[in-house]
Amino acid sequence: MPTLETEVLVVGGGSTGAGVVRDAAMRGFSTVLVERGDLATGTTGRFHGLLHSGGRYAVKDPVAARECVVENAILRRIAADCIEDTGGLFVSTRWDDPAFGDEFLRGCRETGVPVDEVPVAEVLRREPRLDRGITRAFAVPDANLDPWKLVSACTRSASEHAARILPYHRLLGLEVHDGKVVGARVNNELTGEELEIRAELVINASGAWAGQIASLAGCVVTVLPGKGIMIAMNHRLVNTVVNRCKPPSDGDIIVPIRTVSVIGTTDVRVADPDELEVTPGEIDEMLDEGEKLVPGFREARALRVWAGARPLYTPEDVADTREVSRTHTVLDHAKRDGVEGFITITGGKTTTFRLMAEHAVDAACEKLGVVRECRTHEEPLPGSEEERFYWLGARVRAQEPVPNSEEIICECELITRSHLTEALAHGRPTGLDDVRRKVRLAMGPCQGGFCIYRATGVLHEFEHLDYRAANTALLDFLQERWKGVQPILHGDQFRQARLDDWIFQGLLAVEHLPQ
Amino acid sequence: MSELVRDSLDHCVKCTICESFCPYSRATPLFPGPKYVGPQAERFRRTGVSPDVSLDYCSGCGICTQVCPQGVKIAEINSQARAQLWEDRGIPLRNQLIARPSVLGRLGTPVAPLANWTLRNRPLRWLGERLLGVHRDAALPRFAGRTFQGWARKHVSPAAERTIVYFHACGTNYYEPAVGRMTVEVLEHNGFHVVVPPQDCCGLPLQSNGNFPAARGYVRRLAANLAPYARDGCAIVSNSTSCGLMLKREAREILEVADDDVAVVSEAMYDLCEFLLLLHQRGELRTDFKPLELTVPYHAPCQQQGHGIGKPALDLFALIPGLRAIELDADCCGIAGTYGLKKEKYEISMTVGERLFGQLRESKGDLAACDSETCRWQIEHGADIQAVHPVELLHRAYGLDAG
Repeated sequence: MPTLETEVLVVGGGSTGAGVVRDAAMRGFSTVLVERGDLATGTTGRFHGLLHSGGRYAVKDPVAARECVVENAILRRIAADCIEDTGGLFVSTRWDDPAFGDEFLRGCRETGVPVDEVPVAEVLRREPRLDRGITRAFAVPDANLDPWKLVSACTRSASEHAARILPYHRLLGLEVHDGKVVGARVNNELTGEELEIRAELVINASGAWAGQIASLAGCVVTVLPGKGIMIAMNHRLVNTVVNRCKPPSDGDIIVPIRTVSVIGTTDVRVADPDELEVTPGEIDEMLDEGEKLVPGFREARALRVWAGARPLYTPEDVADTREVSRTHTVLDHAKRDGVEGFITITGGKTTTFRLMAEHAVDAACEKLGVVRECRTHEEPLPGSEEERFYWLGARVRAQEPVPNSEEIICECELITRSHLTEALAHGRPTGLDDVRRKVRLAMGPCQGGFCIYRATGVLHEFEHLDYRAANTALLDFLQERWKGVQPILHGDQFRQARLDDWIFQGLLAVEHLPQ
Repeated sequence: MSELVRDSLDHCVKCTICESFCPYSRATPLFPGPKYVGPQAERFRRTGVSPDVSLDYCSGCGICTQVCPQGVKIAEINSQARAQLWEDRGIPLRNQLIARPSVLGRLGTPVAPLANWTLRNRPLRWLGERLLGVHRDAALPRFAGRTFQGWARKHVSPAAERTIVYFHACGTNYYEPAVGRMTVEVLEHNGFHVVVPPQDCCGLPLQSNGNFPAARGYVRRLAANLAPYARDGCAIVSNSTSCGLMLKREAREILEVADDDVAVVSEAMYDLCEFLLLLHQRGELRTDFKPLELTVPYHAPCQQQGHGIGKPALDLFALIPGLRAIELDADCCGIAGTYGLKKEKYEISMTVGERLFGQLRESKGDLAACDSETCRWQIEHGADIQAVHPVELLHRAYGLDAG
């Protein structure tokens, strides 16, 4: 069996794992990261994209709020390219107790969340779609954060510091000798080859899956996966992050991110983070709540729905996952379970991923008996050196002055042939869904109706696939897109699905493609 | 951005029908097409900084909106995005100037011979192209030297049972007062007392050049002049099909003027041929037409098609004995108001018009008919055939010339 040697092995390729591997690599450790699928496909790739100001936690979870305040400011410096500075609002709608506004203001001031009460008239001018019955509004520095860009920037930076990033490497088992984790066996999911990785320290950064990973070393970690569903609407119904000014509840936020706006979310305790069913009741609830913020929301075009699993670590069993703090925890299994060489970092949220990584790597330094300073709060991520925020119009601007001079593969998200071939050349994707996350392929209104067959052609040519593999790539991606569209199919999106169906079934007869 | 118009982008299923009908994206790579700049690019725009200047190559002809099977207000989205673009960047002097026909008219009319000489002087036109960006070869109308309003003030419309209000618009006033006179005489012949209220520009050229605030000012003032008549139950007719459409629909839908005057005027507004055909359908149009032995190719301009009333001129022509009207199916003449005047767009405009010009030449017509003034000027320029408003033929067939 081939063997790799490293000082630190990071398990999990979400934002936490990516943050940990970058931090550890920057502190001079030799590092390896393993992830069972593509990077940022778990919780990180399945959230609404909010960069928290801390406002959401100001009243009920002051620790989490304070962390958000600090990390929000740091990420604006180090990850500007992944952030669009939309600003955020907390609004009291006619369904919300206006008195909560005072509590909110007090909470923000106590936790340091920058907040300003703004006249409702001004808010309605800025966001004319919001319900006219809003009674109070507060501005906070919420923003949106592109999780795929973030993770990819972190792992790129880590690679520049000699880290090895191994997506599609599933952890089969942890090697425990004499009460110490000494390494892991992983399976290369693409080739089927097994690989042994010897490590001085294993950091379990697998979020909602942390319990499963910890159990491989015989440790019991209780992570309650809290399911949250999100719905992407076809365009930006608001250009500012809009939160309901009330205690955290279902459907209390709309995040404008890239070309869409995402409403979220729910919080339902589930047994398995890999089994996240979206029910019609949950969809209805989201749309109802959306209607309260933006009248006409139900008639607006919903593109797709998906669910993610929050990793909520709790020392004891709790019934309501909303009661669990959103802050994170570093567990040294030597102290806790008598297992050496093994750390778990879980809980937290994408906004605080860098701090989580810092704490995890601090613990690693302590365990490895070295003192090395964290620098991730100072050094910008690749692509963010100029500290310039992402701008929504960038892809349209890039097409000027002669638009369509290059072949556009995905019209909705304005992805050109060279965007695709670049992603294919540098991203080592294994299918169109991986390409999707790199460039946002097929994430617009037609959900792939017009670009999947084009992208398959590019993939076929670029990767020299045989026709069976190309057909499989096409069908897999169609299936993946359909999964998110199907539960929410109505109105305009239903008409779109009919047209897409005519294209793929009627013109291309995809069901009869040889695989 | 109007929520109503922007929201219509949700209906887009990317079918590309608008792109295949757009005469401008066919003519130039600089215009990426209605789907691209409309429902597609709109998702990347937010107020502040417009990402795309290429949308300015949209002429606003509105064919995209007409052909969209899903009800996306494509041209309207583009129009509003263009206004945002020029709000962000500042409107060029040229576009400010050519978008104010009534100002130009007031300046040019008293010195018409000099103005007309200037506009046809090659070196001066060359200079105008260099300094102002108005293409040296673009078709510019001749100042008539007298205004339609001047004629109307002296004209006494005979008392009649029914009163109608005439909105003549700037083209008639400064360049084609005869068309105005003929319109009045045709209406009077059909038993109407014709009222011509004082009126200025409707703001359409400003709207198409992205100056919405100024356009709104013009259309509000115009509507205020016309509204009292509309409230009295009078119909308002216009021979200027594009300016009529402004009052009928665009002021509300594109400029988003929520104004009682505009609302009541828009309800009372008829395109001239639409109104005459309506009279005929009620059995109220006089059909004492004398034969006109003429072959007349007819071009329905884009703005006329935007009324959604079919091609009433053709139905009216069918009432004239001897008149052989030929329906042309070329889409756009290329001028689109002021679009084809611009230095950077003139060639595109002529390429777009080429299909129409070809059909006109092939038709071997005696003269051409078209409802829009700027399109007639473009047709005369591009196809070298005299172009008239349909009302001129009705006027002639009624024998009103002699009287």
